[in-house]
This record gives sequence, structure tokens and C-alpha cells, in this order.
Amino acid sequence: MEILVCVKRVPDTAENEIELNSAGNDIERDDLVYSVNEWDNYAVEEAIQIVDKVGGTVTVVTVGDEEADEVLRREMAMGAQNGILLNDEAFEDSDSMGIATLLKAAAEKGKYDLIMTGAQADAGYAAVGGMLAAMMDLPYASLVNMVEVGDGKLTVGREIEGGNQEVNEIELPCVLSIQTGINEPRYVGIKGIRQVSGIEIPEFDAAGLGVDPATVGAAGAKTKRVDYFIPETGEGAEMLTGSTEEIIAKLIDIMKANGGLK
Amino acid sequence: MATVYAFVAHSDGVLDDSAAELAAAAKKFTDAPVTAIVTGSGVDAAAAKAAELFPAVWKIDAAELAYPNAEVVRKALLNNLDAGAVVLMAHNTFGMDLAPGLAVKIGGAFVADVVDIEGADGDTLKVIRQEYGGVVSTHVTVDMSAGAVVTIRPGAVAAEEGAAAAGGAIEAKAAGDVSAKRKFIEIREPEAGDVDITKAEVLVSIGRGIEDQDNIELAHELAKAIGSQAEVACSRPIVDAKWMDASRQVGTSGKTVKPKVYLAMGISGSFQHMGGIKGGVIIAVNKNPNAPIFQVANVGIEADILEFIPELTEALGDL
Ligand SMILES: Cc1cc2nc3c(=O)[nH]c(=O)nc-3n(C[C@H](O)[C@H](O)[C@H](O)COP(=O)(O)OP(=O)(O)OC[C@H]3O[C@@H](n4cnc5c(N)ncnc54)[C@H](O)[C@@H]3O)c2cc1C
Repeated sequence: MEILVCVKRVPDTAENEIELNSAGNDIERDDLVYSVNEWDNYAVEEAIQIVDKVGGTVTVVTVGDEEADEVLRREMAMGAQNGILLNDEAFEDSDSMGIATLLKAAAEKGKYDLIMTGAQADAGYAAVGGMLAAMMDLPYASLVNMVEVGDGKLTVGREIEGGNQEVNEIELPCVLSIQTGINEPRYVGIKGIRQVSGIEIPEFDAAGLGVDPATVGAAGAKTKRVDYFIPETGEGAEMLTGSTEEIIAKLIDIMKANGGLK
Repeated sequence: MATVYAFVAHSDGVLDDSAAELAAAAKKFTDAPVTAIVTGSGVDAAAAKAAELFPAVWKIDAAELAYPNAEVVRKALLNNLDAGAVVLMAHNTFGMDLAPGLAVKIGGAFVADVVDIEGADGDTLKVIRQEYGGVVSTHVTVDMSAGAVVTIRPGAVAAEEGAAAAGGAIEAKAAGDVSAKRKFIEIREPEAGDVDITKAEVLVSIGRGIEDQDNIELAHELAKAIGSQAEVACSRPIVDAKWMDASRQVGTSGKTVKPKVYLAMGISGSFQHMGGIKGGVIIAVNKNPNAPIFQVANVGIEADILEFIPELTEALGDL
């Protein structure tokens, strides 16, 4: 099975406090710690496990600048054999449609039986997998939390509301977006990353992909983020202040008043 | 602007709450009549309900639509939609499956998980959404000139009281060719867990802020100090890490709970988590003063849970 997994380098919300910059029009990007989008690690792990069972190769692809190389190498240290970097200034500020257009062009350079994405990334659109599938006229399943490989098809579980699982049969080739919890992504140490540091990662720009720059990036985006802002949220929580003893005393009173302590 | 449609979800003839929210969302940017689309097999009751909310309803009733398979539903919609259609739907697990591909096939724009609509300026729709799990909001413009698909976060746009458009006309539409390469097989329900957190009066709920599996013991000790009415619950990353059983997960893909007191310990407050809490006082303890949960909790405490939980446990022991 030839598998392509689409991954993204994102600010790590566990390692940073995401804040607005002083101009108030962007998040503060100095000193941000980046990592691989959480959902993508599960997608890569699933791809590796499938290839371990039925043979084949795993290729990881990302749209990003030079620094995105580090997430490709991290996923290669997990066990993906190949990486592809899609890098061009013209790709900046692509909307999900633009990203899917670029990934489609990259996917068509190979012959993949299965393409996977994370269920969503930092902007929360949950869009790229479904768009890629529609653009390539392939069947699609989102929020996948189980994959069983059959002959020319897969049996996949989709996570739906209330913890239920919707089981589908889907023909290959297809596109899946992967939900967290499907597996336990393996640990990657510095040593693993060092081992893949010498591998050459092919890089494609708009011309190399055969994509018209006007259809991607800011130029092609029909959906545009105007700014970032902190919402006015009305009341919000009543913040308890004082010494820890005082806070705990207030908290115990609140719990008692609401029937939480007997 | 081309016709605006609302794809409304239902089960067994009962419309999803999101249907009324979509009607309200549409009113925020258009005065034109909005057509609701109901798909499925045997959907007369659902279509009649939709007609209480929308001035026009399309009913696409076919055996192949009995289960909402996104590929099948997409084809049924594309066989009917006007060119340049603007389609609204809920940002739920089905919306996530259907909407992006529908936007591609329409050839329009796509915006997902909208939390509010500011209005439209000609063909430009102006919406508000959030990024980074709700830490920051953004204004977003959407060029609807070639159509658009817009998904709305469930619960975010208040459904208006009183249906303005009662008695909307219901029109039957044919599904057309809906052959698909994906086939629905079955729904599997989760196994019952060792505890039923939906019955607990107090939930000590821990999130990724607990940092380490060994620290979960702190939450159990606190629950014990509170009494037999308390149980330990958690957010999704704790279940994903296999530190706790899925039956303890609160949220849209977990359990819906309604305790008297919900202690959210080291939980950021993503909408999928908060979507599982349907009542009671929410008390959030988080070391980040900007954590989104402080916008939705009733009571907030800025503290490190690894220090705060043991102190609270000790104080309760002294009562
Ligand atoms: C389709 C779908 C369905 C989902 N369903 C669910 C669901 O049912 N339930 C659910 O919970 N999630 C669900 N999620 C995931 C959800 O989007 C969030 O990723 C998740 O809820 C985040 O969990 P968290 O708040 O524990 O972790 P994080 O978002 O990482 O937040 C951890 C918080 O802990 C704080 N913190 C860290 N250390 C400490 C400390 N020592 N003391 C105090 N505070 C600390 C941080 O400031 C942060 O606010 C779903 C996602 C998708 C896409």
C-alpha cells in the first residue's frame, strides 16, 4: 500500500500561551514553540502500522517554508520513508481550498492507494481531507478512528456523536481524515531525528507542481482572515482571588451553596 | 446573492436543535427566503417540522438516503442545487464529513465552525470564528459570488424564539443518481464503563493540565474527600492517552453530564468539551489566566492544579 500523509507545522498550544501581538492584528509569533499538528501524528502512526502489516511505503507531505522541514523529519523519524515539501511564497495565506489544490498536485505526482490527513489543525476548519478527496474524485471518510485493510477496500470506523462509531466500507484509493485516539503514536527521540537528518527531501514550488499561483495563496483565497482579536465575552467567570486559603474557603462555600458538598 | 439553503439534520422525525440555529444564522445575513433541505428515507415528519422554521422546504426522500452517508447526500444535493448556491449546515460530525467536499463540487468558498455571523456586504459574507481551540477569535470574509458552504458551530448562534415562517411550502425533489464508493455498514455503540459519570452530583474533571498519568490519583483523592456523590471525569486527551476509560470522557464525542458542580481542572474549554456539560456550576482551575474556559465557567481560579488539588483535598479533610 502506497500511503501519502498530509501534515502541518503548527504552534504548540501545550507549550505556548497564544496571545495577541502588541498591534493586536496577529498572534505573537516571537518565541513560539512549533510542533506537528496533534491529529497528524495519529495519521502517520496509522499509516506506518498499515504498511507494517501489508507492506508498502509512507510518504509525508507538507505545505510550508524551510522550517516545515523539521516536521517532515520528525514524521520520517517515526517511520515514514519519504518527505515532500511544498514551498513557495505564492502559497502563503492559502485558504483550505488552496492547500487542498497544492496537496492534490503533489498527490498526482505519485500513485497512492491511500491518502490521510489529520481530522483538523490549528485553524479548526477540518476541511483539507474532504476537499482533496472531492478534487481527486476519491471516496472520503472523516474522523476515522479505526482502519481495517481488505481486498481493494477498507473497513473504517468514523467517530460520531456520543462515543458511537459508524462503520463504513470504502473503496481504494480513498482519502481519510484521522481522529485522535485511533492508536498510540510512537515516541520519537533526538536519536531518531538525527538518523533521518541526511535524507534529501524534494521541494516543489508552484511551477514544479504545475499549479497556477493565482489559484492558491492570498491571490486565490475566497476565504480570508481579516484579523485576530480577543472576544468581548460579557461576564465570564467570577475569578476567586486572595491567598490559597481564602480561595479554598470561598470555593468550599460555593460548592456547599450549590449542593456539591453534603 | 444566489439561493440560500439550510441542510437540516434530524433523527426519527425529530429535527436537530441546530435547524433553528441555522434559520437564525441565515437571518443575520439575508432577508431572502431560505430553503431548508431535509434528506433521508421517510422524512415527512421532519420536513413538516422544518416547515415551521423555514419558508420553503425541499424533501429529498429515497431509500438510499436512509442513513446519512456524506457521499450519497452530496450527490443528492448536487443533483438539485442551483448554481452558485449558499449552503448552511451544522459543524457536527456529519457536517465535517459533507461540507468541504460539497464546497469543492459547488466551486464555491468554504468556511467552517462559524461562531457568529456579522452580516453580508454584497457577495461578501462576514463571519467570526475561533482558532487555537478558542484562545483567539478572528473576523473572516467569505466571497460567496460563486456559492459557498458555511458550517455553524452547534449552540453558538441562538435560535430565535417563535418561528416567523410557519407553514412553509414543502416540495419533493428526486435524489437522482447517488451511487457511492463508500457504503454504510452499521453503528457500534460504546461498551459501558465501570462508572456512570452522568449520575454523579459532583465531577472532578481533569484535562491535559494533569500532565502525567500518576497525577490522576490526586483527582481520585479529591473526589473521595468530596464524598460518594463525586466521580472523576476527564477531557479527551486523557482518554486518547489511555490513562482513563472512554466512559469517563465528557464532551460531544463522550458523555453529556449535568452535575450540580463541575470542577474543570486543567481543561482549556474547547467547545467539544463544553458541549457535554448541560448544567450545574462550572468551576475552572487553570494556570493560564487567558484560558478560554474562563469565558464560559461560572467561577474561575488561576492556579496550578498539581498544587491546588492536594490543598483543596486537605482542606476538605479538615472540615
Ligand atoms: C470531532 C471532535 C470531537 C471531540 N470531542 C471531544 C470530547 O468529547 N471531549 C473533549 O474533552 N474533547 C473533545 N475533542 C477535543 C477538543 O477539541 C480538545 O482538543 C480537548 O478538549 C482539549 O482537552 P484539554 O482541555 O484537556 O487540553 P488542552 O486544550 O491542552 O488544555 C489544557 C489546559 O490545561 C492548562 N494547564 C496545563 N497545565 C496546568 C497546570 N499544571 N495547572 C492548571 N492548568 C494547567 C492549560 O493552560 C490548558 O488550558 C474533540 C475534537 C474533535 C475534533
